[in-house]
Amino acid sequence: MRQATDHKGKRLGMWLFLYTEIILFGGLFVLYAVYLAKYPGDFIQGGKDLSRLFGAANTLILLVSSCAVASSITAVQRDQKKLGLILVGATIFCGLVFLVNKYFEWGHKIHEGIYPGSEDLVYGEPGRNIFFGLYYVITGLHGLHIVIGMTVLTVAFVLVSRERITPENHVFLENAGLYWHLVDLAWIFIFPLFYLVL
Amino acid sequence: MEQVPSFFETPAPPRFKGVLSWLITTDHKRIGLMYLFVILFWFVVAMFLGGLMRLELMFRGETLMGAQSYNALFTLHGVIMIFLFIIPGIPAIFGNFILPIQLGTDDVFFPKLNLLSWYLYVIGGVLALSTLFIGGPPDTGWTFYVPFSVGTNSNVSTAVFAAFVLGLASMLTGINFVTTIHRMRSEKMGWLQLPLFSWSLYATSWVQILATPVVSITLLLIIVERFLGVGLFDPDKGGDPILYQHLFWMYSHPAVYIMILPGMGVISEVMAVFARKPVFGYKAMAFSSLAIAVVGSLVWAHHMYTSGMSDTAVFVFSLLTFLVAIPSAIKVFSWVATLYKGSILMTPPLFFGLCFIYLFSVGGLTGLVLGAAGPDIHVHDTYFVVAHFHFTMFGGTGFAFFAALHHWWPKMFGRMYDFKAAYWAAVLVTFGFFLHYVPMFVLGLQGMPRRYYDYLPEYEAGNFVAGFGAAFMLAGLVLMLANLMVSVKRGSIAAADPWGGTTLEWTVPSPPPLHNFIQDPEVPDYPYDFTGIGAVKAKAGDAEVS
Repeated sequence: MRQATDHKGKRLGMWLFLYTEIILFGGLFVLYAVYLAKYPGDFIQGGKDLSRLFGAANTLILLVSSCAVASSITAVQRDQKKLGLILVGATIFCGLVFLVNKYFEWGHKIHEGIYPGSEDLVYGEPGRNIFFGLYYVITGLHGLHIVIGMTVLTVAFVLVSRERITPENHVFLENAGLYWHLVDLAWIFIFPLFYLVL
Repeated sequence: MEQVPSFFETPAPPRFKGVLSWLITTDHKRIGLMYLFVILFWFVVAMFLGGLMRLELMFRGETLMGAQSYNALFTLHGVIMIFLFIIPGIPAIFGNFILPIQLGTDDVFFPKLNLLSWYLYVIGGVLALSTLFIGGPPDTGWTFYVPFSVGTNSNVSTAVFAAFVLGLASMLTGINFVTTIHRMRSEKMGWLQLPLFSWSLYATSWVQILATPVVSITLLLIIVERFLGVGLFDPDKGGDPILYQHLFWMYSHPAVYIMILPGMGVISEVMAVFARKPVFGYKAMAFSSLAIAVVGSLVWAHHMYTSGMSDTAVFVFSLLTFLVAIPSAIKVFSWVATLYKGSILMTPPLFFGLCFIYLFSVGGLTGLVLGAAGPDIHVHDTYFVVAHFHFTMFGGTGFAFFAALHHWWPKMFGRMYDFKAAYWAAVLVTFGFFLHYVPMFVLGLQGMPRRYYDYLPEYEAGNFVAGFGAAFMLAGLVLMLANLMVSVKRGSIAAADPWGGTTLEWTVPSPPPLHNFIQDPEVPDYPYDFTGIGAVKAKAGDAEVS
C-alpha cells in the first residue's frame, strides 16, 4: 500500500492526465491553424466581431482565480484553514462569473443570428462559418472544463472544511489546483486566437 | 507458503457477497479477470459477426443478407474487434494481472481508477451494443469517415460516443500503468531489470496517453457535426474532409502499436521461458519497444496516399513507415536468436508464439508493400489491405493473446489445461487462418475492393475457399476457449512455476494471494537468468504435462 502516501506519484498521474487534456485541445488548435492559413481574411474580420471587452474581462477573471487557487494551497500548507476555504471559494466564484459572462456573450451572438447552422453563417462566407464554428466548439469545450473544474474544487472545499485535506496531506487540493491552472492556460491560448487575431 | 488463501478466497466486506464482492473490488487481479471475461465475450460476438460476413461472401449475389446489413456487420465487427478486443485485450487483462507482480508490488498505483476504467469499458461496450437495437447499427466502417458519417441515418452518434468512452478507459489505464511502473516497482528493481512484458506495457501506455485524446476530440466533433451541423469537415461550409482523416489516423495509426506492442512483450517472455535462455538482446528489445512507440506516432498519413496529399508529404510518410519496420525486425530477429541453441520445451504457449512469429512477419512484410507509395496505389482499399492487417492484428496480436492466455492461465486460475486439445485448437486456427487470409492477398492483387457484400465472377473461387478457412478458424477458437474454460474446474492443479519461468510472477503461488507476495520479493539482477534451474524445471514442466 505504498501508493497511499506517495504524493509525488499522485502528482505524476495528474500531470499525465493534464497532458491528455492539452492534446484534446491541441486537436482543435490544429484545426484552427489549418483554417487560419486557409481563410486569414475571414478570421481577422471574425475576431473584430467578437467583444474584446468581454474576452479581456474573462481573461482577467481567470488569472485572478488561478492566483486564488495557488494561494489557497499555500494557506492550507500553513494550516490556515479559514483563509484556504475563502480562497477556494473565491476561485469557484470566479469560475461562476466567467460562465455568466460567457452566457451573455454567447446569448448576444445568438441574438445577432450567429450560431452553428444559422442562415447568416451557412449562406455567408465559408471562412466566417468556420471561424464562428470553431469559436463555439472551442469555447464550449472550455466552458465544460470550467464546470468540471468548479465541481472538483467544490469537492476540495468540502474536504478542506471537514479536515480531510490537511497540511500534511493536501495532494487532492494541489491536483484540483493544477486542473484549474490547465483550464486557465487553455483560455490564455483561446483568448488571443479568437479575440486578438489582428 | 502454500497455506495462504488465494485472491479468489479473500474475505469480502459483510454486505458484499459473491458477484457483488467482485464488482466493488480494487484488487488488480480480480479486475484483470473481470476484463478477461468481458473481453472474451466481445471477442466471441465479433468472431461470429465475422463468420456471418464470410458466409455471405462464399457465394455471389445476396445469399444471407443485403448490402445494408453487410455494412452494419463489418462496421460492428471492426468497432468491437478494435475498440473492445485488441486495444484493451493484452494490457487490460494480462497487464492488470501480471504487471504489478512482475514489478514486485501489491497493486497498481491508482486501484480505484483501475476499477473505474473497467466500468467505463463496460459502459462503452453496452453503448456499442445498443446501436443494434436503437436507431439502426452504424454502416460507416470503424473509421467513421466524413462526410458519410455525418450524413448517414444510422445511429453513428451512439457508436462514436461508445468509442469515446472506450478511449477514455484505455487512456486512464495507460496513466495508471506509467505511474505504477515509475512509482510502484520494487525499490530493488532498476529500469534494466524490468521484465520485457513490463517494458512493452510501459511503451504501450505512453502511446495510449499520447494519442488517445486526439481521437477523443475527433469523435466528439462527429457528434457535434451531427447535432449542430457546424461544417468543420464539410466542404460546402468551408471545412475540409481530409483534415478529419488526418486527425483520425493521428490516433488510429499509433493505436495499431497499442495493439501490437504488448503482444510483442508476451512473445519475448514466452520465447525466453521455453528456450530456457536469456532473451537475445534484452536492451535492444526494451529500446525497440520505445522506438516503435515514437516512430509509430509519426506515420499516420500512410493510410491516405490516395486521399490527396502533396508528393513531398507522401515521400516523408513513406520513409517513416519504412523506418518503423526496423525496430519490429530487431524484435523478430531477437526472438529467433533466443530460440537458437536453447533447450526448447514445446508447450501450447510456445506453439502459439512460433505461429505468431511467422504470421506477424508475413503481416509486417506485406505492410511494406502498402507503405511504399507506388504499390499502395494499386492495392489501396482492396482485400490485400484486409489480409495484411488481419495478419498483423489477428495473426500478430491475436496469436500473442492466445499465447498469453495459455502462458498465464495456470497462474491466474491455478489449474492446467489439456495440452492435446490446446495443440489441436492451435493447429486448427492456424490452418484456417492460412486458408482464410492467403486467398485474400491474391484477391486484393486482382483488384477486389473491400467492404462490398458482393463481387464479380472472377473473385468467386478465392472467396469460396476463404469461407472454409473461416469455418476451421471458428472451430479452432471454440475448441481453444472451451478447453480453457473446462480446465478451471477439471484441470490438474498447477504449481507456482509450472513452466520454469524466472520473472517474479512465477515466485508466488498459483493463484496468487491477495497481496501477491508473502514476503518481500528477491529481485534477480537480470530477469532472464536461467542458470542452474533450467534443466530441472524443464523436467518438472514435463511432469506437469503428462
